[in-house]
Amino acid sequence: MAQLEEVSVDLYKHLVSERALSGETMLLNMGPQHPSTHGVLRLLLELDGEIIVNCIPDIGFLHTGVEKNMEAKTYQKAEVMTDRLDYMNTMGNNLSYVMAVEKLIDVDVPPRAQALRVILVELQRIASHLVWLGTSGLDLAAMSMFLFCFREREQILDIFELVSGQRMMTTYIRPGGVWRDVPVEFEKAVRDFLKIFPKRIDEYETLLTKNPLFIDRMVDIGYLSKETALSYGVTGPTLRASGVDWDLRKARPYMGYEQYDFNVPVLTEGDTYARYLVRIQELRESLKIIEQAMNKLPMGPVRSDNRKFVPPPRSEIGVSMESLIHHFKLWTEGFPAPKASIYSAVESPRGELAVYLEGDGGPKPMRVHMRTPSFDNLAVLPEIVKGHLVADLVAILASIDIVLGDIDR
Amino acid sequence: MEKSLEPILKDLQGKFGATYEEFRGELHCFVKAEQIIDALTLLRDAHHFELLSALTAVDYYPQNAPRFHVIYQLTSVSKNLSVQLRVPVNGDQPKVPTAANVYKVGLWRERELLDMFGIEFEGHPDPRRILMPDGTEGHPLRKDFPLGYEEPQFTFNYEEIDLRKPYVKE
Repeated sequence: MAQLEEVSVDLYKHLVSERALSGETMLLNMGPQHPSTHGVLRLLLELDGEIIVNCIPDIGFLHTGVEKNMEAKTYQKAEVMTDRLDYMNTMGNNLSYVMAVEKLIDVDVPPRAQALRVILVELQRIASHLVWLGTSGLDLAAMSMFLFCFREREQILDIFELVSGQRMMTTYIRPGGVWRDVPVEFEKAVRDFLKIFPKRIDEYETLLTKNPLFIDRMVDIGYLSKETALSYGVTGPTLRASGVDWDLRKARPYMGYEQYDFNVPVLTEGDTYARYLVRIQELRESLKIIEQAMNKLPMGPVRSDNRKFVPPPRSEIGVSMESLIHHFKLWTEGFPAPKASIYSAVESPRGELAVYLEGDGGPKPMRVHMRTPSFDNLAVLPEIVKGHLVADLVAILASIDIVLGDIDR
Repeated sequence: MEKSLEPILKDLQGKFGATYEEFRGELHCFVKAEQIIDALTLLRDAHHFELLSALTAVDYYPQNAPRFHVIYQLTSVSKNLSVQLRVPVNGDQPKVPTAANVYKVGLWRERELLDMFGIEFEGHPDPRRILMPDGTEGHPLRKDFPLGYEEPQFTFNYEEIDLRKPYVKE
């Protein structure tokens, strides 16, 4: 095995205060194996007693070289890598990447596929917020939250299993549409969920929203100002809790979001409690979108019929020579994309999830950059934890909702 | 191109001699490395681009001049506009002045670019690697960095594979 080197304070000299060098304050290591860091995040804390003087996040423990790997695969095959980025938002990752590819090769998506994408992405948003709610409840010693949230999340994952065969690594949304049409049971499964879930949100709220212990831990903790948030590139619910009305679903509608009537919850307090309230309200807004999309769900094809980019349906391959050729070419060689670059962004549960995609005229991307929201959201952590207790750090970290797979890529 | 982007483009052309490209409605402006800080400050203060959405780079190896493009994707939250600035950088000793004083996004994203592409950001307050372990050789997202292959080790052949395994050079 490689030799382990002792880490000295010299490496962090420019990041800690003078007092740490003289030994007046203490340097404490938190993580990477720690239940409250939501993955493998290491935080180096400079402490004055219980008070945090400096916080130095150390990331990269989950770095898997996703961007490099995607450069070596064709556009279709690179899509499976996107599932593994933010494992709480697989459908959303698929969508962001697929939208980038579609924009680059200029393929239209049929309306039914668009509506299905919206339904699934919003379900995924709920599932992701449920994990956030459960784990942040767990961090603040509300253990039952975790059990309740995972019960409902399981129902959503069952829907994903129904449509794609997979609970988490779905790869269901494909360039030009979706993998295949949803089965007949889909409608009932989603309707059942829509029926029970509003009551469940009320249940969560009775447990937490007015709970004095919870409020004591959350209110006025981890204040993030509007200016700091924008400067650090913070997006998503964390930004909206600081008073910036910025939601890409409203500002730059994609996949037909403009047809649906929903609100974007915005609060101005900017503390941990505001971030909690914004996400809770987002759960209700997502339900509204799903309900409208289910009611409007048009009939028709779920994949574009542009055969140069989208594989033909299985039924055609047996009877049409051309379809067979297209299928063969698409899965062996892939499709060529123009030598140009595009930037395409969607609103993920954590913020602006964007893909910078550059083609070189061949079937493989020349550069894929996933602009993952957790990365920038975590960068602001050292700024907002200063002067708080270590116990508050746990609450703040939970409230910015990071996923380490999303950060390290 | 959207109409509201035209005054911004004119400003960039007039002050920095920026050239531009358009693709599917996106505006990409090319700015020289020396002028990027002034351009970013101008866009932030005069044109309300509050958010630096993405800061990334592309490697055009084997082309050397320029080998990299550093990309600044700016978003105006109040006006709902986007513009992209691209800075071409040469391959030998790539250097760009740091944007961390204009947008704090630079604090981490520039460390990522230093780590992944070896592009140096002059004046950055904390130029350490961010994702790869300290002591890694090379910069993984450069095109001349091999994708690599690692043999899986099991208990029965752990030692055997360990002997020929290319660890990070000590």
